[in-house]
Amino acid sequence: MYVAVKGGEAAINEAHKLLAEERRGDPSVSELSVDQIDEQLSLAVDRVMTEGSLYDRKLAALAIKQARGDLIEAIFLIRAYRTTLPRFGSSSPVDTAAMGIRRRISATFKDIPGGQILGPTFDYTHRLLDFKLAAEGDGGHGNSLDEDAGSIDEKVLLDEAMPRVVDLLKHEGLIEDERPGDDDDDVGDLTREPMSFPVERDIRLQNLARGDEGFLLALGYSTQRGYGRSHPFAGEIRLGEVAVEFTPEDLGFPIEIGELTLTECQMVNQFKGSAEAPPQFTRGYGLSFGHCERKVIAMALVDRALKGRALGETVEGPAQDEEFVMEHSDNIQATGFVEHLKLPHYVDFQSELELVRKMRRKMARADADNANNEIVEAAE
Amino acid sequence: MNMSNHIASSSEDQRAPGNADAQSSDRSAWMSILAKADPGELSRAWDSLDDKPKWRWLRKPETGLVMVRGRAGGTGAAFNLGEMTVTRCAVVTESGDGDGGFTGQGYLAGRDRRHAELAALFDALLQDSSRRPALEDTLLKPLADGLTARRRSASAKSAATKVDFFTLVRGED
Repeated sequence: MYVAVKGGEAAINEAHKLLAEERRGDPSVSELSVDQIDEQLSLAVDRVMTEGSLYDRKLAALAIKQARGDLIEAIFLIRAYRTTLPRFGSSSPVDTAAMGIRRRISATFKDIPGGQILGPTFDYTHRLLDFKLAAEGDGGHGNSLDEDAGSIDEKVLLDEAMPRVVDLLKHEGLIEDERPGDDDDDVGDLTREPMSFPVERDIRLQNLARGDEGFLLALGYSTQRGYGRSHPFAGEIRLGEVAVEFTPEDLGFPIEIGELTLTECQMVNQFKGSAEAPPQFTRGYGLSFGHCERKVIAMALVDRALKGRALGETVEGPAQDEEFVMEHSDNIQATGFVEHLKLPHYVDFQSELELVRKMRRKMARADADNANNEIVEAAE
Repeated sequence: MNMSNHIASSSEDQRAPGNADAQSSDRSAWMSILAKADPGELSRAWDSLDDKPKWRWLRKPETGLVMVRGRAGGTGAAFNLGEMTVTRCAVVTESGDGDGGFTGQGYLAGRDRRHAELAALFDALLQDSSRRPALEDTLLKPLADGLTARRRSASAKSAATKVDFFTLVRGED
């Protein structure tokens, strides 16, 4: 148990000064700006926004700078900041089918309406360090299209319609349908009410969306290795911009307040059917702020694994255990409890120390008594 | 104070019966453009306005959160994905003859107070039927064109990465 301590102000102040100095690093190296972090460490910004559960690129970039690149510390800063702001309301559910696509791939069908769009991806790179990036100056970059942006009219554009790949399977009834609930206004919010198990899908998806990428990655991997196998295929991964529509109470009609970058993963999984349901594909879903591809794939694997209970599957792996997954997915809760171990526990430890000493004294006395008895017996 | 009533009573176009929906859909469209516009362009447009109206705050810029919702599988039950920062404000303009003017509102993603202020001011001006035609030509159309150009540019860059993994196995004939 942690017991409050007093004092140490001077040392704490000095420690924070030292922290600021370390954060800045060598003053002869130019300082990072928040804009540079936003533009050039954009995937770190995306992760902080997703797990901090707050879409604001500049705030996430600032948090990364303040946290010296410790992303969980940055997420902590963002979570703390959001509690200081009032909530104006909730958006209409975003329409990812209407996304302005920048990347869209399917591992299940090679020919899809709209085509496969690789977009900005690390896939098919050789994973060799590029020392050109270490050289000073503006290394080779950019898209040749930048140079003649004026002639965009003659360029090939993406197809207007980019239907969701999983929707194509729906026509034959080959895949589980995802239908809106009866009441779109009745959406659970784990930032307002504590979770109680079993939970509905809305709470599960909210929990996974803000859950730790590493934790979900390991759990998703575990399902592939046999701990709750569900035969996944990445039906579709898409990245791009969607408009956010919000109806302010004082206006009474919807307006688009801006655009967000989102990543979505639709996982297609096998299901052999049951007495009631014919065999069909089942689904897992992942959605994140920004470009968090690994996160949404892992999220979709875990979402599908957690459907096991509803589908009557035997729970045999940790990823299928709803309470285990959802109670341990939040890296801010986890880090709070794990890292509090380093705070002063002096009183608590003193009592444990006393207890161990007492037990040892008792044992020593018992040993001495036994030894005395043996001497007495031997003498007799 | 019910602002939509205020707007209805102060807008000439509202006199035509059954026009309320069309009016709010127009307003929704221009408010969306103003929210997504580059704040620098709005600022330049305001600076170049010859007859700026007198105006006062009805609600000063305030930053808060909107919970962004998604749907399970894209089409299923709604769920809370996470929040976004949003800044809002409201202004009232005065018409030239000192009569009641128009209530303009700004609602937009992010924390840019000046952007929200400019969006609210132009929202008020666009409700003034004597100003709207000019503003539609000089402000809304260029802004909308800019948004379209941005989308087309992104689309062209992505289209260049469109792939057919199976081209190699095709025969020549």
